[in-house]
Amino acid sequence: MRSSVIVFPGSNCDRDIAMALEKLQFKNQMVWHKETKLPKSDLIVIPGGFSYGDYLRSGAIAGKSLIINEVIKSANSGCLILGICNGFQILTETGLLKGTLLRNKNLKFINKDIYINVMNNKTNFSNKYKKNQVLKINIAHNEGNYFTDSKHLDELKKENLIVFKYCDEKGNINENSNPNGSLENIAGILNKKKNILGMMPHPERMVEEIISNKDGVNLFSSLLN
Amino acid sequence: MKITDKIIEKHGLKIEEFENIKKLLKREPNLLELGIFSAMWNEHCSYKSSKIHLKKLPIKGKQVIQGPGENAGVIDVGDDDAIIFKIESHNHPSYIEPYQGAATGVGGILRDVFTMGARPIALLNSIHFGSPKHSKTKSLLNGVVSGIGGYGNCIGIPTVAGETKFNETYNENILVNAMAVGHAKKDKIFYSKAKGLNKSVVYVGSKTGRDGIHGASMASAEFDENSDEKKPTVQVGDPFTEKLLMEACLELMKDNSIISIQDMGAAGLTSSSVEMASKGNLGIEIELDKVPCREENMTPYEMMLSESQERMLIILEDGKEQEAKKIFDKWDLDFVVIGKTTKTNNLTLKYNNKIEGEIPIDALSSKAPIYNRKWIKKKPSKKQINLKDLKKIKIEDALIKILSSPNHSNKSWITNQYDQSVMCDTVQKSGSDAAIIRIHNKDKAIAVSVDSSANYCKSHPITGGKQIVSENWRNLVTVGAKPLAITNCLNFGNPENEEIMGEFAECLEGIKEACEYLDYPVVSGNVSFYNGTNNKNIHPTPVIGGVGLIKKLNKPLDHKFKNENNILLLIGKTFGHLEQSCFLKENFSIDEGMPPEINLLNEKNNGETLLKLIDKNLILSSHDISSGGLITALSEMSISSGCGAKIQKPKKLMNLLKYFFGEDQARYVVEINANNLSKVENILKDNDIYYDNIGYTQEEYLEIEGELKISTKDLFKINNEWYNSY
Repeated sequence: MRSSVIVFPGSNCDRDIAMALEKLQFKNQMVWHKETKLPKSDLIVIPGGFSYGDYLRSGAIAGKSLIINEVIKSANSGCLILGICNGFQILTETGLLKGTLLRNKNLKFINKDIYINVMNNKTNFSNKYKKNQVLKINIAHNEGNYFTDSKHLDELKKENLIVFKYCDEKGNINENSNPNGSLENIAGILNKKKNILGMMPHPERMVEEIISNKDGVNLFSSLLN
Repeated sequence: MKITDKIIEKHGLKIEEFENIKKLLKREPNLLELGIFSAMWNEHCSYKSSKIHLKKLPIKGKQVIQGPGENAGVIDVGDDDAIIFKIESHNHPSYIEPYQGAATGVGGILRDVFTMGARPIALLNSIHFGSPKHSKTKSLLNGVVSGIGGYGNCIGIPTVAGETKFNETYNENILVNAMAVGHAKKDKIFYSKAKGLNKSVVYVGSKTGRDGIHGASMASAEFDENSDEKKPTVQVGDPFTEKLLMEACLELMKDNSIISIQDMGAAGLTSSSVEMASKGNLGIEIELDKVPCREENMTPYEMMLSESQERMLIILEDGKEQEAKKIFDKWDLDFVVIGKTTKTNNLTLKYNNKIEGEIPIDALSSKAPIYNRKWIKKKPSKKQINLKDLKKIKIEDALIKILSSPNHSNKSWITNQYDQSVMCDTVQKSGSDAAIIRIHNKDKAIAVSVDSSANYCKSHPITGGKQIVSENWRNLVTVGAKPLAITNCLNFGNPENEEIMGEFAECLEGIKEACEYLDYPVVSGNVSFYNGTNNKNIHPTPVIGGVGLIKKLNKPLDHKFKNENNILLLIGKTFGHLEQSCFLKENFSIDEGMPPEINLLNEKNNGETLLKLIDKNLILSSHDISSGGLITALSEMSISSGCGAKIQKPKKLMNLLKYFFGEDQARYVVEINANNLSKVENILKDNDIYYDNIGYTQEEYLEIEGELKISTKDLFKINNEWYNSY
């Protein structure tokens, strides 16, 4: 499977995601933001970091960059797109995903291992997980507090577009297990066509036992499935 | 413009120093030249009060590739790998503007490391605040922590370890020390020494603004009630630009086009150009019209003294300009040839084709003043604390007081604001004795820790100096790393005061003794004097940042109890030294007497033997015993694991408070499997190590026979309350 990782000035999880993809046998290429053409890819990843310093608003400037037009074209033609952390923020800025990511409820940057519940395991990104499997995964963000309007929220629920929700160790989804104030504990969502996933947690940080755990591996192997 | 006494004083120079300048120039300097002298001759850049003492520190060793004098120190960690690291203070700016002060502290130390060709892999910090009750402490804490996080998180380098302490001595002068650690290939290390005539001097990075003018001079003066007026001299950080600058420099370094490179830190363009020329025994000519400026009508004076961040000076090989420029264009950064190396041995500054200033380089470097300031020895305190004179206290109450105190409370409120995991090589995060970072793509790792003990240093500087090196060494040993070398940040008060200068000289004496004995050389560092306000000086606070090597990375070793029914051994001898202990400070507000004695022979023997046990996989968890004594160490092992322990009372007749809270040095608690007991005991005996079998791990409760029984959940709660309610 061929993957492309888009590198913006200020991206800082680009190397991490490339390592994870290569570890899982993806044929990966890095694509600099000034490029006007994307290499042939089955998967495009928009990595975490602080694209353009997150000045103005997280993801706002990257959402208007040259290469993003190509990403939008590919997305519309059905290519799989994965946005992690800042990548998720960028995807909402382009309109490929609806809703927005607000400042964390406690108004502080949060980095820690939390738990997420796999709400939908019938997607390209999660088919190797069991339904309601609990994953221990790292978050690192200032703006991860997902919000959307009630119409879109209804759509997310009706179409089963919510892939991950924050939960506790046992899988309980409630206010205490919500690290950043996200609407209904949402941690990752799909677009209506289900080819685009945006998520705040970092699966690429969870692919090795010695560093953390391997809970992120199945996200990548789902894509290979 | 006539240089008056008032102008001289405003530049932080003494009248005698001005006379000396006139002698060196054989004429009176103009204002631009005076500004440059003031920038180079201040304490921060010239080390004029500290130099003769710093010379005594051990800086050599098999493991050392580059000692002090470069942007950072370099050590050999085997194969073709080198680790480059340094610690630096940003105390004064952080007190005036905590967010930017702390952020640019991180930015500055990162540049020191990537300038030498290393990709930074870890950040650490040591931050000291005044009493939590002081009106400014809360906002300073908030600002500093978000500044450190804001910079490190954005640039994408994990902040993996640190220490946060509170003491009224820092009420009016906080300490913010930042350490950066990078990894490079041994044959790809870049230095600041210029070579060759007529080579292009290139300016890269951010544009120059009016921020930070005379920042280094500010860091060389005491504060007074007007300190807030100094806000404009605090630099503003832009971690995004630094990220671009770092990537661009590392990209350029893959090629062989750089002769020398130096970041523009304190005293900006002035110190970087002088440093490069002086090391290369050359002159340097700069055309100031070419310097990229952020603001209009900047004068040569302002350009030379600006401390705008995220800038570098590079001397390039002939004909490499075009290729190099391409890289900086790609990253949207300025790249301008602003001058050349010359044979004049002068710093020559031109503006509109006119020479605006010309100073012999050696007048700014080797001929800068060096002072052998007067100092006096500290008299050892004879005060001994007799427990009989104090109110009776139960072990449980004293322990709760310690675990719930600001200095011992769990710091996840802070560390959760730092990205500790980015780069995917953080094997062990903060909260253990040392953090562990894997060398990328290899199965080896380094351990890093940063430590200080200002109370010990205050009461007896020589012992304090020895203690802090030893404790740092021990912290690396407990995670199974062989300690290799240190960097130090020496935070002291006013060196013109004989007592303060004495604290400095004697702390350094202690550091020297310990470093020599433990083969733990100093490879880089920084001195920060004038920490104080209105003649009130801070406690002497040398901060030690250590790096150790884990040759073969298996499971990382931490201080969490692993399982029930394992044996607990206390390595090292317990005497029950309570003077200067956290027990007396937290429970009785007593901080008198001598700190615990340091026996370097035991220190080394105990640590090296523990490393042998770790190498043989005989240790399940280990923790060094420091502030708060044995029972505090055991509590920390319980809290982090949720597993408890049952501890016997000592067989010898000793006061229980002394036994459990004494801060005797060179001690560790280790957890071992009962089946391995005889094996471990044999190794300890073979190496003449004193040890006690103190009990075993058990479910849920930390217990001392008949004296204490408290659940690990309660301990956790007690330990986690303070920050969240502050």
